[in-house]
Amino acid sequence: MNDIFSNPVLAKALPEAIIETLQMVGISAFFTVLVGLPLGVFLHVTAPGGLRPMPVTNRIMSDVIVNITRSIPFAILMVALIPLARLLTGTSLGPIAASVSLSIGTIPFFARLVETCLRDVHHGKIDAAQVMGSTKMQVINKVMLRESLPALVAATTTTVVTLVGYSAMAGLVGGGGLGKLAYNYGFQRFDVTVMIVTIVLIIVLVQVIQLVGEWISRSLDHR
Amino acid sequence: MITVTDLRKVYRQGKKEVVALDGVTLSVPKGSIHGIIGHSGAGKSTLVRCLTLLDRPTAGSVSIDGTELSSVRDSEIRAARRRIGMVFQHANLMDSRTAAGNVAHPLELVKTPKDKIRSKVAELLSLVGLEGFENAYPSQLSGGQRQRVGIARALAADPDVLLCDEPTSALDPATTDEILDLIQDLTRRLQLTVLIITHEMNVVKRVCDSVSLLAKGRIIEHGALQDVAGNLESKLAKALLPLPASEPLHGALQGGPVLEILFAGDNAKEPVLTGVARHFDIDLNVLAGSVETLGGQQFGHLRVQLAENADYDAVLAYLHQRGIGAKLAETKTAPGDAAELNDVTGRTS
Repeated sequence: MNDIFSNPVLAKALPEAIIETLQMVGISAFFTVLVGLPLGVFLHVTAPGGLRPMPVTNRIMSDVIVNITRSIPFAILMVALIPLARLLTGTSLGPIAASVSLSIGTIPFFARLVETCLRDVHHGKIDAAQVMGSTKMQVINKVMLRESLPALVAATTTTVVTLVGYSAMAGLVGGGGLGKLAYNYGFQRFDVTVMIVTIVLIIVLVQVIQLVGEWISRSLDHR
Repeated sequence: MITVTDLRKVYRQGKKEVVALDGVTLSVPKGSIHGIIGHSGAGKSTLVRCLTLLDRPTAGSVSIDGTELSSVRDSEIRAARRRIGMVFQHANLMDSRTAAGNVAHPLELVKTPKDKIRSKVAELLSLVGLEGFENAYPSQLSGGQRQRVGIARALAADPDVLLCDEPTSALDPATTDEILDLIQDLTRRLQLTVLIITHEMNVVKRVCDSVSLLAKGRIIEHGALQDVAGNLESKLAKALLPLPASEPLHGALQGGPVLEILFAGDNAKEPVLTGVARHFDIDLNVLAGSVETLGGQQFGHLRVQLAENADYDAVLAYLHQRGIGAKLAETKTAPGDAAELNDVTGRTS
């Protein structure tokens, strides 16, 4: 126990690492939802038999962009996207730069989850909304998104938990945060205390995200 | 008043063309309930989708009080749809909305002011007997209550036509009767034009003023309930007044001719059978029978066996003279007839 408080690395670098991790997860979660949600809606609505079928566009979006991006292992995607991160943020180091590749890595994943959530909305509800004279936008907003909201919150929770894991990986290639701390001190300097503390912190972070997500999802669910 | 004229719908499945509706024509006057009955695959669902413009018909027209619906431009389709209120088999309520929220849904779409929505929703919920359930979610309501919310929602936009697609097929018999009574009551009070699509003959018997039989995309029989039920040759009469299968008796009357007799209206009150027995001085036996009150009239459908030596031609003439439908019972129904109506009669008996 004494070790934890007297450890110079933990005392000096830990607070900063925690903030960096939260920054990376927060920023990339924000952009993932911002882009992934509309993308998921688009994939669902333009699918054959959807609200507004666009077979060719849907094929391109679904097969080419989403599937190709998802089939590249994240560690490789991250390194490959360093030039893009530098272009967008002016640097290839730090949590902000890492958020670029984190977002791009998780957007297709989240879009797929959104698509699945929307597919689970019973078709009769969409028929009912159309028969009562809804526009397509009203069907999307008032029926598809609203009825699948508990599932969408659960999907977001899963995505944020995934981002925590990815952010630790991003730490290795210059993103900073708890991943960097664990690698630089825990692994390369054999500082077992640092390793254990970072692991415990990441587990606690994931638990908190999961619990909060489940609580919100449940409180929205009236089925 | 809704008028459907020569409605056709052809789907393309690869290179094959599937004719789902093959020239459907019907018309339902204001304030009355029309039943469309048919087994699965007859084209009922396609008809619903064409009436609500979820699918565009290939040809033909649908008009409400003279306003043509089927040819409106895409931009006007939503306004056209609001003239038809629809009740679904499984109510199709939004789980995320309360009863009041579900009824308010069609009103929100056209930006109705909040206080007007509130008063209209309260009025509709009390109309369907759901006062005090405003804040209940669909998961907290019974099947019958959910269907009542569905009916209130269908009426929210003040439609001229109420289209009910199998409204009671997912409900138990007691709840079915409650919902049908509600639909009948609302039809009279609000002077609605109601179309009920169903496979349950019971629904037709209980609330419909007129009925159409849909088979293979065509209406093969239609008419006022009393007219179709009083016609011995009608397939709908067989379904409305079903006779259980019965073997000729092997008793005193063995080998005697078997007649099918259909009384309708005032004839049903006459003591016809004893009249036959006395007039011809013969014995007779009832093998099977079905007696019902349909559209306020009494109907009786009987299968009767006469004594072996009876002159059945004379008996038939005697019955026809009194305006009673009668014929020699077929030993076997034609396979075509049986197949077409099996589904309908099977589920009601």
